Amino acid sequence: MIKTDVIIIGAGPVGLFAVHQLGIKGLKAIVIDNLDKAGGQCIELYPDKPIYDIPAVPECTGEELTKNLVEQIKPFNTEFFYNERVDEVKQDKDNWIVKTNNNNEFTAPNIIIAGGVGSFEPRKLSTKDTEKYEGKSIFYAVKNKDEFKNKNISIFGGGDSALDWTLELSKFSKITLIHRRNEFRGASHTLSEIKKLENEGKISIKTPCQLESIEGDKSIESIIIKFDDGKTEKIKTDTILSFFGLVMKLGPIAEWGLNMNKKTIEVNSENFETNKKGIFAAGDICSYPGKLKLILSGFHEVALASVECFKRARPNEKYRFEFTTSSKSIQDRLGKK
Amino acid sequence: MSKITYIDNQGNSKTIDVENGLTVMEGAIQNDIPGIDADCGGSMACATCHVYVEEKWLSKLPKAEEAEVDMIDMAFEPKKNSRLSCQLIISDELDGLTVTTPEKQS
Repeated sequence: MIKTDVIIIGAGPVGLFAVHQLGIKGLKAIVIDNLDKAGGQCIELYPDKPIYDIPAVPECTGEELTKNLVEQIKPFNTEFFYNERVDEVKQDKDNWIVKTNNNNEFTAPNIIIAGGVGSFEPRKLSTKDTEKYEGKSIFYAVKNKDEFKNKNISIFGGGDSALDWTLELSKFSKITLIHRRNEFRGASHTLSEIKKLENEGKISIKTPCQLESIEGDKSIESIIIKFDDGKTEKIKTDTILSFFGLVMKLGPIAEWGLNMNKKTIEVNSENFETNKKGIFAAGDICSYPGKLKLILSGFHEVALASVECFKRARPNEKYRFEFTTSSKSIQDRLGKK
Repeated sequence: MSKITYIDNQGNSKTIDVENGLTVMEGAIQNDIPGIDADCGGSMACATCHVYVEEKWLSKLPKAEEAEVDMIDMAFEPKKNSRLSCQLIISDELDGLTVTTPEKQS
């Protein structure tokens, strides 16, 4: 069990800035996120899209914002636990115990939930019988491409992931690329590569159509796709790869006994504590009168929450408000001389 | 104010007055219309406010920009009349608009 001052759930911009606000107060934190990297929605949904409302940053992309936040918290040497989802939160006297789906356990007097709209999970196929094949012959990601050798693979999707894996896996498997419209969205050199492979008869492209049904028993034998004009076609398939992006699932958060309002957690706007002492919520996931779902609001929320975290983590010390420009102790923590 | 009708996939319909200038998505969220999740809050990043627009209204709506069409690729069971309701801004011209929500959003 790992002991710390604050467990931060979510490595989006607000979770990252929480590390900073806690760090300058001398508090240690760990961060848990279900994605494989920091940035949350900024990195997953709009890495290249411009953001214009970060104070003093006239324009930046989601990726740049993440990079800068990560840079800003470097002095605190914070440990991040990626690809892990928090499943359980239990009370242990004045502390909280957090357990992840990877069986890691953490304990701290404080938890800051900066979970956005929940954890990102792949958008699943909705066709009947999908579930029984998931993880065996239906996949939403390629972890080890050796497992996709010498197969008949049907790839669904029209974006970068679908196109890139079509190119890569066509080297050693028979690929059918299936998309609901004729246009694909990808880098122009990728698109021309795809076109070339199709002309050479190395891959097959089916558009505009969608998955109608899956045929098979223990394993997939074929799939039926349906074209926009109503025609159907049977395609010999043993493996399906589906790339329809990620969805956000609130997941287990709803079961932690917190007062919820739709998919958000109710907090007070004084220190952003929930109905449970020592559990805070900030960023898109919290709600209070007048809440705006802006990154800058999340920054404010964690700044205030960090003060209450200090009081709970250091009950015998007096909290002193300090400025980074003039505080010797903050500058020490930031590694500045 | 314009009247917007939201029909769920079971055929239950609700007509509400929505202030002009709001989006069809915001009209649904503010009035507790089920079937629209709008996880990303309207930044065209999630496709969970996907609706089917009644055919006769399709031509009256501003054309979907490329980013919206790309996002609809991700939606649950997209069709020819699919739109993201966060991109449909309500005005007098859309008074009477009818949209149907899909069976689910994700």
